[in-house]
Amino acid sequence: MSWLDTLLQGVLLGGLYALFAAGLSLVFGIMRLVNLAHGDLIVLAAFLILLIVSTLGLDPFVAAVIAAPLMFGLGWLLQYHLLNRTLGKDILPPLLVTFGLSIVIQNGLLETFTADSKRVSTGALETASIQLAGINAGLMPLLTFASAVAVIVALNQLIYRTALGRAFRATSDDVVTARLMGIRPNSIFAIATGLAMMIVTVAALYLGTRANFDPTSGPSRLIYAFEAVIIGGLGSLWGTLAGGVILGVAQTVGASINPEWQILSGHIAFLLVLLLRPRGLFPRAVD
Amino acid sequence: MTTGFNTMTDDINAKGAWRIETRTKLSGLFSIAAIAVVVLMAAAPFAVSRGVVQDLFFILTMLTLAQSWNLLAGYAGLISVGQQLFVGCGAYALFGLVILAGVDPLIAIPLAGLLAALVAIPTAFFSFRLYGPYFAIGTWVIAEVGRLLLAQWKALGGGTGTSLPRDATRDMLGLSALGDWFGMRPAAAADALAYWLALALAVATITLIYKLLRSKHGLGLAAVRDNETAARALGVDALRLKSAIYLLTAFVTGMVGALIYLQKARISPDAAFSLTDWTAYVVFIVVIGGIGTIEGPLLGVLVFFALQNAFSSYGSWYLLALGALAIVTMLFAPQGLWGLISRRTGWELFPVRRLLKGGPASFDTMGGPNG
Repeated sequence: MSWLDTLLQGVLLGGLYALFAAGLSLVFGIMRLVNLAHGDLIVLAAFLILLIVSTLGLDPFVAAVIAAPLMFGLGWLLQYHLLNRTLGKDILPPLLVTFGLSIVIQNGLLETFTADSKRVSTGALETASIQLAGINAGLMPLLTFASAVAVIVALNQLIYRTALGRAFRATSDDVVTARLMGIRPNSIFAIATGLAMMIVTVAALYLGTRANFDPTSGPSRLIYAFEAVIIGGLGSLWGTLAGGVILGVAQTVGASINPEWQILSGHIAFLLVLLLRPRGLFPRAVD
Repeated sequence: MTTGFNTMTDDINAKGAWRIETRTKLSGLFSIAAIAVVVLMAAAPFAVSRGVVQDLFFILTMLTLAQSWNLLAGYAGLISVGQQLFVGCGAYALFGLVILAGVDPLIAIPLAGLLAALVAIPTAFFSFRLYGPYFAIGTWVIAEVGRLLLAQWKALGGGTGTSLPRDATRDMLGLSALGDWFGMRPAAAADALAYWLALALAVATITLIYKLLRSKHGLGLAAVRDNETAARALGVDALRLKSAIYLLTAFVTGMVGALIYLQKARISPDAAFSLTDWTAYVVFIVVIGGIGTIEGPLLGVLVFFALQNAFSSYGSWYLLALGALAIVTMLFAPQGLWGLISRRTGWELFPVRRLLKGGPASFDTMGGPNG
């Protein structure tokens, strides 16, 4: 039974990693931009939620609803005024600018919130659990996983069913032709990054309520997100969820053998996939 | 270099019309000045205090790291943010060889470089499977794997790390000779020896990169950077060239790592595999100085050292400003400080471009868009 329990914890943890990864995947899919500051933006959003909770005394979920449009605005501004300038054939400028951004955000957070690790409390919800086929499952992990599924369903609906989604796909396929059809790629990119930041807020809500975080936790969130994307295969959001689940299961199984091996076994699962299926398990995009 | 390129040069020379030159008058003067500077720097331990020697050691090791990252990212287009892997592996190899195998530190340094290059083989195997920007994060993940694995090595202190025993460095090759010849005290002699090694490594690395870029491989590299498909069509083996450069930089970075930690004499996985110390700073040095030039990192490391001395007491604010400076540089002066200087003055201290000189008509009278 304990193995089944470990497996379930891993799957649910995978939901969190899928949430980390969905924003990264969206931005990469539309503008081929890998944002090295993605993890730090998640941590930034977590601090924003914490700030709203502590100053306004609101419930974390309500705080996230307030934080989401703020993060959308931040993402929009960031993309429109900074990252759009770096896009082009050369992959060096976007990588180095987002790398610089990652250092800027980390140290900005350190100065503002100190290096102490923080946590957003959800009160009774934190310890609440329900019985699933004889296994105890925490309500928060279940909620995390459900949110990941909801985010992916919503994103897929948006991308394949709406005019905005059509514009996303068109810009992703061919920027020049999209521009000829009256689409302004710069605004499309800005909206996409804004959306990614709203997903980041959802991820941050669960990051902040699940465990402690501090200003330097960003890079490892980026790495988990990246591993989930690569394991799942580029361009497929459901693949990303599967990637997150595989990563989560690998980590919890590793941790159940030896607590020191948790992170390492996740990395090893990632390397194994890279070795056996270099294009990921469910590849969709050509590049 | 027995390629078509050579015979082409001969043909051109035979007609007495055009010459291909890779030397400028300035670069000739500069090479004399550079030799003088290196000689002066070699004499530094006799003339200046130990503190200054240690500062110079820091500058030289960062310069070597920056030059090799620049070769990797600026010339071979391999933007790695995982170079801390090779610093860490080199450093741990030194500690392992010295503490567990009793190897002399002086011999352990090149062995550490070799070991880092050996680690680079599987690393390249994995990370080269990742497309462009994902390569960057891939190298980072592998560096994390390295850190986590070495934290499990209990003989070298596991997660908390360990120190180099005093007698291992005290009996290091050459130290007693330095003491006999120059009357140096052991601590000063150890500093001087590490400093000379760093100087030699920096000079060797820059010379090697300069020669490499002026060779046909350098030409191939530039072709791959400008248009990989076209370069491959002309017979440039892009993958082999990139792999060779990846291994070479791992070797150099590993030796620098060993040297830095020989000087520090205390190691821990978190410090030896630090992203900030061994990759972020190095990236900032190269970007601010000017990526894709040999002069850039030279200038960048001096700027970095000045900033470090002036502002490092501000801690996070300093790092924040450094990151912002790198962003601004990348946006508004992507060629860095050296790019600004050379565009205004036309200076090239390490000319790697091939210039067409002479010919029947002077350039002034030529028409057309390229005239």
